Amino acid sequence: MSKRLTLKDHQLEIALYQRRAIVALVLVLILAAGLILRLYYLQVIQHKLYTTLSEKNQVTLLPIPPNRGIIYDRNGVIIAENTPVFSLEMIPDKVANVPETVKALGKIINLSPEDLAAFNKQLKQHRRFDSVPLKVKLDEQDIAKFYVNQFRFPGVMVKAQLIRYYPLGPNFVDVLGYVGRINENEVQKVDPINYAATNFIGKLGIEKHYEDILHGRVGYQEVETDAGGRIVRVLKRIPPVPGNNLYLSIDANLQIAAQQALGEDFGSVVVIDPNTGEILAMVSNPGYDPNLFVQGISQADYQALQNAPGKPLYNRAIRGQYPIASTIKPYLALEALNSRTIDLKFKINDPGYYSLPGSAHVYRDWKKGGHGVVDVMKAVQVSCDTFFYTVGVKMGITHIHGILTDFGFGKPTGIDLDEELGGLVPDPTWKRKAKGQPWYLGDTVISSIGQGFMLTTPLQLANAVSQMAMRGQGYQVHLLMQTQDAKGRLTKIAPIPLTPIRIDADVWDSVIMAMHNVTQPGGTAAAIGNAPYAFAAKTGTGQVFSTFGRDTPKSQFLPKNLRDNTMFIVFAPMDKPQIAIGVVDENSHNAKFIARKVMDSYFSRHPYDGIHTVPAPDLTPVEH
Amino acid sequence: MAFTPFQHLTSLRSSTRQFLQPGLISRWHIDPFLTLSLLALIGLGLLVLYSASNGDSAIVLRQVMRFTMALVVMVLVAQIPPHRMLSWAPWLYIGGVILLVAVLVMGDIGKGAQRWLDLGIFRFQPSEILKLAIPMFLAWYLHERILPPNFGQILICGIIIVIPVLLTAKQPDLGTAIMLACAGAMVLFLAGIRWRLLIVMALAAAAALPALWYVMHDYQRKRVLTFINPESDPLGAGYHIIQSKIAIGSGGVFGKGWLNGTQSHLNFLPEHTTDFIFSVMGEELGLMGAIVLIALVLMIVLRGLYMSTQAKDTFSRLVSGSLILTFFFSIAVNIGMVSGLLPVVGVPLPLVSYGGTSLVTLMASFGVIMSLHSHRKLMSKKY
Repeated sequence: MSKRLTLKDHQLEIALYQRRAIVALVLVLILAAGLILRLYYLQVIQHKLYTTLSEKNQVTLLPIPPNRGIIYDRNGVIIAENTPVFSLEMIPDKVANVPETVKALGKIINLSPEDLAAFNKQLKQHRRFDSVPLKVKLDEQDIAKFYVNQFRFPGVMVKAQLIRYYPLGPNFVDVLGYVGRINENEVQKVDPINYAATNFIGKLGIEKHYEDILHGRVGYQEVETDAGGRIVRVLKRIPPVPGNNLYLSIDANLQIAAQQALGEDFGSVVVIDPNTGEILAMVSNPGYDPNLFVQGISQADYQALQNAPGKPLYNRAIRGQYPIASTIKPYLALEALNSRTIDLKFKINDPGYYSLPGSAHVYRDWKKGGHGVVDVMKAVQVSCDTFFYTVGVKMGITHIHGILTDFGFGKPTGIDLDEELGGLVPDPTWKRKAKGQPWYLGDTVISSIGQGFMLTTPLQLANAVSQMAMRGQGYQVHLLMQTQDAKGRLTKIAPIPLTPIRIDADVWDSVIMAMHNVTQPGGTAAAIGNAPYAFAAKTGTGQVFSTFGRDTPKSQFLPKNLRDNTMFIVFAPMDKPQIAIGVVDENSHNAKFIARKVMDSYFSRHPYDGIHTVPAPDLTPVEH
Repeated sequence: MAFTPFQHLTSLRSSTRQFLQPGLISRWHIDPFLTLSLLALIGLGLLVLYSASNGDSAIVLRQVMRFTMALVVMVLVAQIPPHRMLSWAPWLYIGGVILLVAVLVMGDIGKGAQRWLDLGIFRFQPSEILKLAIPMFLAWYLHERILPPNFGQILICGIIIVIPVLLTAKQPDLGTAIMLACAGAMVLFLAGIRWRLLIVMALAAAAALPALWYVMHDYQRKRVLTFINPESDPLGAGYHIIQSKIAIGSGGVFGKGWLNGTQSHLNFLPEHTTDFIFSVMGEELGLMGAIVLIALVLMIVLRGLYMSTQAKDTFSRLVSGSLILTFFFSIAVNIGMVSGLLPVVGVPLPLVSYGGTSLVTLMASFGVIMSLHSHRKLMSKKY
């Protein structure tokens, strides 16, 4: 061993080692410099990028939904509001033993098997620190019982959520529509940022049409979260801007009166203030409770509504398609006189039917045996079909189409609702396009009494008579009267005048007088009786059951759903009109009486001619 | 004439001598400069650990206890005379390898890998023993041989290294296996193995890399793939490295401030008290903190390297040189790993990461370095 040792050159090995140590030292320094360079790259050159990423990691924006605007009637009665709905919720993360806690809770609050099933399902879908609903729609007793026992249930709490509520339910559904949970289709259409926290959207009616105004602006909460998504603290809060409140032109008292006037009848009443175009009442009977739809309607309830008699979901006021029927006659009288097709002296002898020259086909008058000698004033008053057959053919379809279009028939009125239908005023162009057939003179004959292809909505009936009341200087119909922003500032909606209908003053006088005579003895609406004010009106009867030229059977012998519909248009007071009404009463002859009840309700609360005193309204407005 | 480049450093040595001699410390074979540098690094590490553990003083206290124990081990090891280390070296190696086999055969399962040996009172990783045993056994083997070693001797050294490295890799503990291989390679490098051979070996290792792919476990392959493109799996395997880079990068020059790192405190950073503790420091103390840490490490490494050059015998030189370089290497691998330069191989940051076994081994290795340095005259007298 010592022999080998002598072979080792210690000085040489020390030098060798020291050279290697220097190499190692240089490598160490290079490596250290490399690491510092790498850190310099990350911490200085890419610092901004990583700062952004770090903030993105920890800061989450939580949207806060804005409160939806409240809807009032014209007097400040709330017709759509947001009410808190209380639910019992649990944060599993904060509960030691979830099944035990649920069991204990079940002893103080009634938890149905459905509640438990829904809870167990949601428990699996949520993160442990998210709150999971255990029971929705707690009543006051439940809430009280829970608060008394709350100390026993850490991690369980009562949460309030604002839900749309329509306190006057079915009375306003045809105007308001309703909100419901946003569906996938709607998600595509709305601004995803502004609706980030919103669960409900207007589905129908005013709620849909004014969705933008009612919704408001989303708010945000900037929160710091950890890697698991738990909120550590709130950094910043941008409060949401609530939606604007809406004041509708609807008069809640009148709306309810109109509904009561319709009673059990299916039908529709539309009341307009002709001086502004404001809709004072708009009813389609039967109605339904919009509150059913807010939280999502059950399949069974929906089926029941769809199959219910009278089809409650069908908004007759703006979608009903009825023949204009005899309510067409005042407009044709206006056109006939104004176009000098006839004058006031023009008379026919009515044998009870009309035939086109050279044709054997007979068009019957509603009155067997006819009305005898009839001029235009009498023709309107007694609703003489033969007279208008004659006059209609005399002036031709172009005049008929023209005057009806002027009065807003055959096209949507442009009311602030999205679901409105336009009805139909036929002319040769339309018939060729739609039916592929030429226009026959016979088409003109039946058009002259508002039958045939001619269709109208109750809203159009009211809209036309409103323009009649204004002697052609009418206003665009609308439901929104004013808006109120979050700061309480009101913005009134100014009435929009329609293109005036140019007709000579004496022609207006004559026709309006003829309409007044309708309500006088000898007129078709004499039965509605007298009032302290005068009214101008016209009746109409739409056949549901076609008699094909045979004599009309007495309506009481027909099953109710085949009986004629009656229509009624009226405005009052005659010389200084305040309201214009259109009524359709399905399978019943009560239209004129319904209109009378509505007028009585209105004038019992509004002065006419400055004489009448106004009693307090039935529905008290809300103070703001 | 011999080339002795470290001569100018003797002035530094004499100044520390003047400062602390004749004191208790030198009689206890403790190197004051090295010890102070180590304590500074440990102190910095404890500060970072306090923050990384979300201010959990219980964890910090446990770590302080471990350091105390490890320092005691260091002092005790420093008392062992080098000739005893020389004679123990083969037995330490053989014993370590047997324990490694034992772990493979009957080791209980911890973290899905068989690394721990349960001795009833405490559990330890036999691979830790090899961190000391491999360089010591290699140095023992080369001690009396003429350096640089010839080809046959290198082959034998290779076998000595490969056996425990493969056993450890099989556990599987890739991080420790790499450290063991590194420790062995350091001995061969310092022993003066010819550059040509070194290059050939490096090329051979590079050529063996694809072969390595086939023996790797799935999770190891995933780590390599993740290293190549961490964004490919941002929420899975790539998550660690992305979050670590975000932590370091968002720290900037001066950091977000102690206890203010959002990445670690909000749990975005995984393993932030162990393997990724450097990222916590990078985030909270910034580039400046990182430079301070690297400077402290360099002080320790330079001192250790210097001490190794002062040794009078081959065994002491090779053991202390390779131990100090392995220490640096593990630091470099950890920082390289958390900063996205190297794949995540699971190497903790020595003296800073929370954890026990490796701390004791590491401090023991500093004890060895101190003992070899302090007893160098004794060694030269004996041989």
